[in-house]
Amino acid sequence: MLDIRLYMLQRITAMIMAPLTLGHIAVMIYAIQGGLSSAEILGRTQGSVMWFLFYGTFVVAVSVHAAIGLRVIVAETFKMAGFALSVLTWSLCLIFLFMGARAVMAVTML
Amino acid sequence: MIRPHRAHSLWFAYILHRLSGLGLAVFLPAHFYVLSLALTQPERLDSLLQWSDQPVVKFAEFGLVFLLAVHIFGGLRLLAMEFLPWSANQKTIAASAVAGAFLISTTFFLQAI
Repeated sequence: MLDIRLYMLQRITAMIMAPLTLGHIAVMIYAIQGGLSSAEILGRTQGSVMWFLFYGTFVVAVSVHAAIGLRVIVAETFKMAGFALSVLTWSLCLIFLFMGARAVMAVTML
Repeated sequence: MIRPHRAHSLWFAYILHRLSGLGLAVFLPAHFYVLSLALTQPERLDSLLQWSDQPVVKFAEFGLVFLLAVHIFGGLRLLAMEFLPWSANQKTIAASAVAGAFLISTTFFLQAI
Protein backbone atom coordinates (compact mmCIF):
# COMPACT_ATOMS: atom_id res chain seq x y z
CA MET A 1 0.00 0.00 0.00
CA LEU A 2 1.32 3.38 -0.95
CA ASP A 3 -0.36 5.83 1.36
CA ILE A 4 -1.78 5.52 4.89
CA ARG A 5 -5.00 7.32 3.89
CA LEU A 6 -5.60 4.97 0.98
CA TYR A 7 -4.75 2.04 3.26
CA MET A 8 -7.40 3.14 5.79
CA LEU A 9 -9.92 3.97 3.05
CA GLN A 10 -9.48 0.44 1.70
CA ARG A 11 -10.23 -1.00 5.19
CA ILE A 12 -13.20 1.31 5.80
CA THR A 13 -14.80 0.49 2.44
CA ALA A 14 -14.16 -3.22 3.15
CA MET A 15 -15.98 -2.91 6.50
CA ILE A 16 -18.89 -1.09 4.84
CA MET A 17 -19.14 -3.77 2.15
CA ALA A 18 -18.84 -6.82 4.42
CA PRO A 19 -22.55 -6.95 5.41
CA LEU A 20 -23.63 -5.70 1.95
CA THR A 21 -21.67 -8.48 0.21
CA LEU A 22 -23.16 -11.16 2.45
CA GLY A 23 -26.62 -9.72 1.69
CA HIS A 24 -25.80 -9.64 -2.04
CA ILE A 25 -24.75 -13.31 -1.97
CA ALA A 26 -27.93 -14.27 -0.11
CA VAL A 27 -30.10 -12.43 -2.67
CA MET A 28 -28.20 -14.11 -5.53
CA ILE A 29 -28.79 -17.59 -4.15
CA TYR A 30 -32.47 -16.75 -3.62
CA ALA A 31 -33.00 -15.00 -6.96
CA ILE A 32 -31.17 -17.46 -9.23
CA GLN A 33 -33.71 -20.20 -8.49
CA GLY A 34 -35.78 -20.83 -11.61
CA GLY A 35 -33.61 -18.48 -13.69
CA LEU A 36 -33.56 -14.68 -13.92
CA SER A 37 -35.79 -12.31 -15.86
CA SER A 38 -35.81 -8.53 -16.02
CA ALA A 39 -39.42 -8.49 -14.74
CA GLU A 40 -38.36 -10.47 -11.68
CA ILE A 41 -35.34 -8.25 -10.95
CA LEU A 42 -37.18 -4.98 -11.52
CA GLY A 43 -40.21 -6.22 -9.57
CA ARG A 44 -37.97 -6.57 -6.55
CA THR A 45 -35.95 -3.38 -6.91
CA GLN A 46 -37.94 -0.71 -8.78
CA GLY A 47 -39.23 2.12 -6.62
CA SER A 48 -37.56 0.67 -3.52
CA VAL A 49 -35.74 3.23 -1.38
CA MET A 50 -34.22 0.36 0.61
CA TRP A 51 -32.62 -1.29 -2.45
CA PHE A 52 -31.55 2.13 -3.78
CA LEU A 53 -29.67 2.84 -0.53
CA PHE A 54 -28.31 -0.74 -0.37
CA TYR A 55 -26.92 -0.80 -3.91
CA GLY A 56 -26.07 2.91 -3.92
CA THR A 57 -23.86 2.49 -0.84
CA PHE A 58 -22.43 -0.69 -2.36
CA VAL A 59 -21.50 1.09 -5.62
CA VAL A 60 -19.78 4.00 -3.88
CA ALA A 61 -17.80 1.67 -1.59
CA VAL A 62 -16.85 -0.79 -4.34
CA SER A 63 -15.76 2.02 -6.70
CA VAL A 64 -13.27 3.29 -4.12
CA HIS A 65 -12.22 -0.22 -3.04
CA ALA A 66 -11.69 -1.58 -6.58
CA ALA A 67 -9.81 1.55 -7.71
CA ILE A 68 -7.41 1.37 -4.74
CA GLY A 69 -6.99 -2.39 -5.18
CA LEU A 70 -6.15 -2.02 -8.88
CA ARG A 71 -3.84 0.88 -8.03
CA VAL A 72 -1.82 -1.36 -5.71
CA ILE A 73 -1.64 -4.18 -8.29
CA VAL A 74 -0.54 -1.80 -11.07
CA ALA A 75 2.01 -0.07 -8.83
CA GLU A 76 3.54 -3.35 -7.66
CA THR A 77 3.40 -5.23 -10.96
CA PHE A 78 4.30 -2.49 -13.44
CA LYS A 79 6.20 -0.15 -11.09
CA MET A 80 3.92 2.72 -12.03
CA ALA A 81 4.06 5.66 -9.60
CA GLY A 82 3.43 9.36 -9.11
CA PHE A 83 1.06 11.42 -11.22
CA ALA A 84 0.31 8.66 -13.74
CA LEU A 85 -0.73 6.33 -10.92
CA SER A 86 -3.01 9.00 -9.41
CA VAL A 87 -4.62 9.66 -12.78
CA LEU A 88 -5.21 5.93 -13.26
CA THR A 89 -6.72 5.53 -9.77
CA TRP A 90 -9.08 8.48 -10.16
CA SER A 91 -10.09 7.42 -13.68
CA LEU A 92 -10.91 3.89 -12.54
CA CYS A 93 -12.86 5.18 -9.54
CA LEU A 94 -14.91 7.58 -11.69
CA ILE A 95 -15.62 4.91 -14.35
CA PHE A 96 -16.83 2.47 -11.67
CA LEU A 97 -18.91 5.22 -10.03
CA PHE A 98 -20.50 6.35 -13.29
CA MET A 99 -21.31 2.84 -14.55
CA GLY A 100 -22.44 1.72 -11.09
CA ALA A 101 -24.69 4.74 -10.55
CA ARG A 102 -26.27 4.11 -13.94
CA ALA A 103 -26.92 0.48 -13.04
CA VAL A 104 -28.45 1.38 -9.66
CA MET A 105 -30.70 3.99 -11.27
CA ALA A 106 -31.71 1.57 -14.00
CA VAL A 107 -32.97 -1.05 -11.55
CA THR A 108 -34.36 1.09 -8.71
CA MET A 109 -35.92 4.17 -10.35
CA LEU A 110 -39.52 3.99 -11.49
CA MET B 1 12.41 -22.86 -9.20
CA ILE B 2 9.61 -21.70 -6.88
CA ARG B 3 10.89 -19.06 -4.48
CA PRO B 4 10.70 -20.31 -0.84
CA HIS B 5 8.04 -17.87 0.38
CA ARG B 6 5.75 -19.05 -2.40
CA ALA B 7 5.55 -22.50 -0.86
CA HIS B 8 3.88 -21.02 2.25
CA SER B 9 0.14 -21.63 2.49
CA LEU B 10 -0.48 -18.00 3.50
CA TRP B 11 1.23 -16.89 0.30
CA PHE B 12 -1.52 -18.85 -1.42
CA ALA B 13 -4.07 -16.89 0.67
CA TYR B 14 -2.42 -13.62 -0.44
CA ILE B 15 -2.39 -14.49 -4.15
CA LEU B 16 -5.96 -15.80 -3.98
CA HIS B 17 -7.10 -12.49 -2.46
CA ARG B 18 -5.24 -10.50 -5.09
CA LEU B 19 -6.43 -12.56 -8.08
CA SER B 20 -10.04 -12.77 -6.84
CA GLY B 21 -10.04 -8.98 -6.37
CA LEU B 22 -8.61 -8.47 -9.84
CA GLY B 23 -11.17 -10.83 -11.36
CA LEU B 24 -14.06 -9.07 -9.59
CA ALA B 25 -12.81 -5.62 -10.65
CA VAL B 26 -12.63 -6.76 -14.29
CA PHE B 27 -16.13 -8.27 -14.08
CA LEU B 28 -17.67 -5.19 -12.42
CA PRO B 29 -18.04 -2.95 -15.52
CA ALA B 30 -19.74 -5.78 -17.43
CA HIS B 31 -22.07 -6.37 -14.48
CA PHE B 32 -22.98 -2.66 -14.29
CA TYR B 33 -23.42 -2.40 -18.07
CA VAL B 34 -25.84 -5.33 -18.25
CA LEU B 35 -27.95 -3.94 -15.38
CA SER B 36 -28.07 -0.48 -16.95
CA LEU B 37 -29.70 -2.07 -20.02
CA ALA B 38 -32.91 -2.15 -17.93
CA LEU B 39 -33.04 1.61 -18.50
CA THR B 40 -31.99 1.80 -22.14
CA GLN B 41 -32.74 -1.53 -23.86
CA PRO B 42 -34.97 -3.76 -21.66
CA GLU B 43 -35.41 -6.37 -24.43
CA ARG B 44 -31.63 -6.79 -24.69
CA LEU B 45 -31.43 -7.31 -20.93
CA ASP B 46 -33.97 -10.11 -21.18
CA SER B 47 -32.17 -11.78 -24.08
CA LEU B 48 -28.90 -11.62 -22.10
CA LEU B 49 -30.63 -13.11 -19.06
CA GLN B 50 -31.97 -15.92 -21.26
CA TRP B 51 -28.46 -16.43 -22.64
CA SER B 52 -27.24 -16.78 -19.04
CA ASP B 53 -29.45 -19.86 -18.61
CA GLN B 54 -26.86 -21.98 -20.47
CA PRO B 55 -25.00 -24.49 -18.27
CA VAL B 56 -21.60 -23.06 -19.23
CA VAL B 57 -22.67 -19.55 -18.13
CA LYS B 58 -24.08 -20.96 -14.87
CA PHE B 59 -20.71 -22.58 -14.30
CA ALA B 60 -18.95 -19.27 -14.94
CA GLU B 61 -21.34 -17.61 -12.45
CA PHE B 62 -20.40 -20.31 -9.95
CA GLY B 63 -16.78 -19.19 -10.43
CA LEU B 64 -17.72 -15.53 -9.94
CA VAL B 65 -19.64 -16.27 -6.74
CA PHE B 66 -16.61 -18.25 -5.53
CA LEU B 67 -14.36 -15.25 -6.27
CA LEU B 68 -16.70 -12.91 -4.38
CA ALA B 69 -17.06 -15.26 -1.41
CA VAL B 70 -13.35 -16.05 -1.15
CA HIS B 71 -12.53 -12.32 -1.42
CA ILE B 72 -14.90 -11.33 1.38
CA PHE B 73 -13.87 -14.19 3.70
CA GLY B 74 -10.19 -13.63 2.92
CA GLY B 75 -10.77 -9.91 3.50
CA LEU B 76 -12.45 -10.56 6.86
CA ARG B 77 -9.40 -12.66 7.78
CA LEU B 78 -7.13 -9.71 6.92
CA LEU B 79 -9.28 -7.26 8.91
CA ALA B 80 -9.24 -9.62 11.91
CA MET B 81 -5.47 -10.03 11.60
CA GLU B 82 -4.93 -6.27 11.45
CA PHE B 83 -7.48 -4.95 13.93
CA LEU B 84 -8.03 -7.77 16.45
CA PRO B 85 -5.53 -9.35 18.83
CA TRP B 86 -3.16 -11.75 17.05
CA SER B 87 -4.23 -15.36 16.88
CA ALA B 88 -1.86 -18.20 16.07
CA ASN B 89 -4.18 -20.18 13.81
CA GLN B 90 -3.85 -18.01 10.66
CA LYS B 91 -3.52 -21.02 8.34
CA THR B 92 -6.71 -22.57 9.73
CA ILE B 93 -8.60 -19.29 9.28
CA ALA B 94 -7.33 -18.97 5.70
CA ALA B 95 -8.33 -22.55 4.92
CA SER B 96 -11.75 -21.91 6.49
CA ALA B 97 -12.19 -18.87 4.22
CA VAL B 98 -11.64 -21.05 1.14
CA ALA B 99 -13.91 -23.80 2.52
CA GLY B 100 -16.65 -21.27 3.34
CA ALA B 101 -16.39 -19.74 -0.13
CA PHE B 102 -16.65 -23.18 -1.72
CA LEU B 103 -19.70 -24.00 0.41
CA ILE B 104 -21.47 -20.76 -0.54
CA SER B 105 -20.62 -20.90 -4.25
CA THR B 106 -21.66 -24.56 -4.46
CA THR B 107 -24.97 -23.70 -2.76
CA PHE B 108 -25.44 -20.98 -5.39
CA PHE B 109 -24.57 -23.42 -8.20
CA LEU B 110 -27.01 -26.08 -6.93
CA GLN B 111 -29.79 -23.46 -6.83
CA ALA B 112 -28.84 -22.19 -10.30
CA ILE B 113 -28.95 -25.50 -12.18
